[in-house]
Amino acid sequence: MSFEASGFLPINLLTGFLGSGKTTLLKRILADPAFADTAVLINELGEIGLDHDLVESVDGEMVLLRSGCVCCTVRGELAAALKELYSRRERGLLPPFRRVIIESTGLADPFPVLSTIKADPVLRHHFCAGNVITTIDAVNGLRQLDTYIESNRQAAVADRLVVTKTDLAAGCEGPALQSRLRTLNPDAPILVAADPDLDLSSLVAAQSNVSSSNSLSPSGFYCEEPVELVSADGATHQAAISSISFSIDRPVDWTAFGLWLTMLLNRHGERILRVKGILNLSGEERPVAVHGVQHLVHTPVHMDGWPSADHTSRLVFILDGLDGALLKRSFEAFTPARMPQMSSVASYPIAAAQ
Amino acid sequence: MCSLCGVLGGNEHWTDAAARPGVFTRNHASPDRRRERAERVRAANEMLSGLGLVLTDWQGASFVLSTRTGRSEIIEDLGHLWPAAERLAGRSCDPLDVAFIARMEARHVV
Repeated sequence: MSFEASGFLPINLLTGFLGSGKTTLLKRILADPAFADTAVLINELGEIGLDHDLVESVDGEMVLLRSGCVCCTVRGELAAALKELYSRRERGLLPPFRRVIIESTGLADPFPVLSTIKADPVLRHHFCAGNVITTIDAVNGLRQLDTYIESNRQAAVADRLVVTKTDLAAGCEGPALQSRLRTLNPDAPILVAADPDLDLSSLVAAQSNVSSSNSLSPSGFYCEEPVELVSADGATHQAAISSISFSIDRPVDWTAFGLWLTMLLNRHGERILRVKGILNLSGEERPVAVHGVQHLVHTPVHMDGWPSADHTSRLVFILDGLDGALLKRSFEAFTPARMPQMSSVASYPIAAAQ
Repeated sequence: MCSLCGVLGGNEHWTDAAARPGVFTRNHASPDRRRERAERVRAANEMLSGLGLVLTDWQGASFVLSTRTGRSEIIEDLGHLWPAAERLAGRSCDPLDVAFIARMEARHVV
């Protein structure tokens, strides 16, 4: 289902490390006629905001959040700014924008922004989470990934990875950076900002609507084949971010899966940077796409149908310091094909269907 | 809303969004809804039994989580289940705990 059809305004988050080209990409996006109906929020760390002066093309639709980093101090301000934008839109003071882009500071953790949208009782009826777009600098990207945990987290939670400044890079780092990003985030498409064919609208498109991207699978899910990770490479990383993908040949029991994932997120939510999957549920014809960031699980999407004869469930987890193999074993143990009916169950005082 | 206890409806946990009879319905198809809840209670009890906890449906509106000594807590939806279970059991409910996984695996080998 497209964002437009759902009636909710998608909020896209543009993030990336300091100096990785967020504002440049934003300027480019806003110059594109296809993005004319976009409202922008810019968040800056520090007393004096500069970035909003660099982006001149949007006048009344731009709001600057001044008081600090979006991930810790301005959640209330973010909610207020979004409500004000929506209020002005409804009163006709602003053109009826159809999407919002938030440019976050280079040090922000994207998760609190998403949770603000979901948790606020007003916002969640008008807005929905769009894509997290992360810019990575081709020149300094690898070094930042080695040094800063924020950089790793931004790459890990991204829906779209945009490599910038490839024209400045010598070229030798390209494949290394790509494989590093794949390790952190196996299923987000990696786009190159300097690519003349780059379709900017694909940055904000709902996942199921994106087409003809190289890495997109026919199912609309980005990870057709489980990605095998090179452990020797992973061992050298300072940050313990890793990913695991697995396929499940049998139908999955939704109730057991829900209980298991809820329990897992309750205990390890901050260390599960991303969960994404397409599930073949027992008793249902249509596949369900599950999508979560840390403690937050988006409403599962019922896809219209399986695009191919392959009805295998697939799950991708991006983990910070958790053992992927153990997680897979846990999944198998807690969500068997059919929970066995055991005699002891009868002793539970279940309120039976009447 | 129940006029006696003031419990509001409106359960919005993500696990509720399954296109299955009894999941989305609130006021219709009562048997389907009860069956779905009974199924959830059953599945949850599979996992909770190792912690000495029992979950029961409460009036088709909430759930009651109890210890064997009768200490109980009302929970609204499955999102509240695990924090409450940890409080009542006095230990963490960790699906990555090897002993817990082994217990669950042992249940499937019949």
